[in-house]
Amino acid sequence: MPELTLIEAVNRALVHEMAADPSVVVLGEDVGVNGGVFRATAGLAQRFGAERVLDTPLSETLIAGMAIGMAAEGLRPVAEIQFMGFIYPALDQLLNHATRLRNRTRGRLTCPLVLRTPHGGGIHAPEHHSESTEALFTHIPGLRVLIPSSPARAYGLLLAAIRDPDPVLFLEPTRLYRMVREVVEDDGSALPLDTCFVLREGPDVTLVSWGAMLHETLAAADALSEHGIGCEVIDVATLKPLDIDTILGSVMKTGRLVIIHEAGRSGGLGAEIAAQIGERGLLSLQAPIERVTGYDTIMPLYRLEKAYLPDVARIAAAVKKTLEFQ
Amino acid sequence: MQQSVAHFEIAYTQFLDEAGRTVQGFPEGLRDPATLRALYEVMVRTRTFDKKAIALQRTGQLGTFASSLGQEAIGAGVGAAMRPEDVLLPSYRDYAAQFSRGVTMTEVLLYWGGDERGMDYEKPRRDFPICVPVASHTCHAAGVAFAMKYRGEARVAVSILGDGATSKGDFYEAMNAAGVWCLPVVFVVNNNQWAISVSRRAQTAAETLAQKAIAAGIPGEQVDGNDVVAVRERVGVAIERARAGQGASLVECLSYRLGDHTTADDASRYRDPAEVEAAGRRDPIERLRGYLLRAGHWSTADEERLLAHAAAEVDLAVTGYLALPALPPESMFEHLYASLPQSLEEQRRAVAAASDA
Ligand SMILES: Cc1ncc(C[n+]2csc(CCOP(=O)(O)OP(=O)(O)O)c2C)c(N)n1
Ligand SMILES: [Mg+2]
Repeated sequence: MPELTLIEAVNRALVHEMAADPSVVVLGEDVGVNGGVFRATAGLAQRFGAERVLDTPLSETLIAGMAIGMAAEGLRPVAEIQFMGFIYPALDQLLNHATRLRNRTRGRLTCPLVLRTPHGGGIHAPEHHSESTEALFTHIPGLRVLIPSSPARAYGLLLAAIRDPDPVLFLEPTRLYRMVREVVEDDGSALPLDTCFVLREGPDVTLVSWGAMLHETLAAADALSEHGIGCEVIDVATLKPLDIDTILGSVMKTGRLVIIHEAGRSGGLGAEIAAQIGERGLLSLQAPIERVTGYDTIMPLYRLEKAYLPDVARIAAAVKKTLEFQ
Repeated sequence: MQQSVAHFEIAYTQFLDEAGRTVQGFPEGLRDPATLRALYEVMVRTRTFDKKAIALQRTGQLGTFASSLGQEAIGAGVGAAMRPEDVLLPSYRDYAAQFSRGVTMTEVLLYWGGDERGMDYEKPRRDFPICVPVASHTCHAAGVAFAMKYRGEARVAVSILGDGATSKGDFYEAMNAAGVWCLPVVFVVNNNQWAISVSRRAQTAAETLAQKAIAAGIPGEQVDGNDVVAVRERVGVAIERARAGQGASLVECLSYRLGDHTTADDASRYRDPAEVEAAGRRDPIERLRGYLLRAGHWSTADEERLLAHAAAEVDLAVTGYLALPALPPESMFEHLYASLPQSLEEQRRAVAAASDA
């Protein structure tokens, strides 16, 4: 079985769905002959033709808006926004239209589109190429927001996203694109949506994260296990709608919760998770919930990005804090 | 040395002048009196509806309403030029086009009356609902047109937008893409001279709105938007051109917003009444009626019959609207997703329980 990087897994999922379903079309800037700036769409135009793999004009509003029109007319567009820093013109289309069309028309018109975009920092990228603003989108009713943390989950979740009858924002952790290889069976099986994945079981503390940060989270769990601390590690994967039940179940077992995300702290998705655990699991908690996050600052240019991003030491310190709480 | 590398001009079309006199022979397809009468009837039905809707708003029976007074010829012409299998992506002032396509008056009342069911059109199932964020729907039109072209269908997407909406980037992005891919889409601008209180001149220094098409590489032209014959003819040509695979175009229809922007607006704050009065003399309905009467295609008896019929139709629609009870509160969780995510069940149950109590 092939070992794939995350970006290759994205590519395989696209190829699989395009081969299986002629209504799947790909659009975005440089996605055609160039195969996308990260090569997510490499080979698609050559294999499926330029009429199914559209190099769009440099028009983010159009990319999202056009995908809505395509989806309402029965296609399954998979649109790429080249970098998350340029997604904001499309926010209007997502918020005002894509997520509302089904509701407004009482199910008459629907919007099965996927908007893919690279997410997060840590790759020494230029300005505007490293932010993680998922919480802007998890606030939007009617949207699904997904973020894989491994090649296999990228493959399975992207298939699920394309097949889903509603709009999906699919965030791809840029830092993971080529960081790890993993065996991915290209058999067309999708992973379930709206559910967290428990990556590792452990009795002492629950670590909740998503996207690239899971790698620091898992490394912290490894380091802590050498000190006899057993961490349960949860990959949220579907950021919206949020599967709080899995997180709550884990917290009821461990009594401690540390949430790790690279986005800024205030109003981040970690705040929502903490609030819901506070509402529903307060009496299970043996220590205050800890958050290890980016800061409420502008994402610095890359000389300082390491200082912004949570790392193993910060995660481990937060875990110890929950364990030492009296 | 300089040389000229691009040339363009903007055509303007009118068949019936302000006084209802023909300035040129009617095009083929619009010479049959029955066709003209049908256009006239849609305009009158729309105006009857419009007046009633404002009255309902004034008496607290309808929410904010956007009147199409004086601009009925645009919708009537567009609606008549489209085929049922085409897709209309309307703005919020295009009732004549929507009625022509089979959207019901009850549905429009439900929409402004605060009920989503007013967007679940029984008849034109694939038409888009009214679009409030101006110009954003022009991008949808490009996508709809792409899907039609992708499947090799001889269908066309038609999007109507206002003069103010042409200042949005969305509109340019949509036209630009439609030009690149030769998409079967027609953009119709209702240039009613005002965007709430901002006049057409304050909106852009461009001499015409039609010329905005030129930058996108698609044809643009102007018509007298109060001359339903001109609208029907030129929008029809644009639609059939798109259907024949020759791509997108833009038709700017010159008209005037005779009423307030919406029932929540007071246009006397920013408009000279003399301007409104002068515009009233270019009214599209009186213009066509004058022509039809003089040509012997219409009589006062016809007029009375039509007005009575329209009034009855509107009354029936109002009755239907007022008789329909609101959806239960928990319906806000319906059609949010294809199936409600587990995580929303609790909220839905809480709303349902509160409404039962
Ligand atoms: C994107 C956006 N900005 C602002 C508004 C608020 N607004 C509603 S209608 C309108 C004026 C639109 O003028 P125009 O496009 O000429 O259409 P008209 O109302 O004259 O038919 C404005 C500013 C809006 N609906 N959408
Ligand atoms: Mg206007």
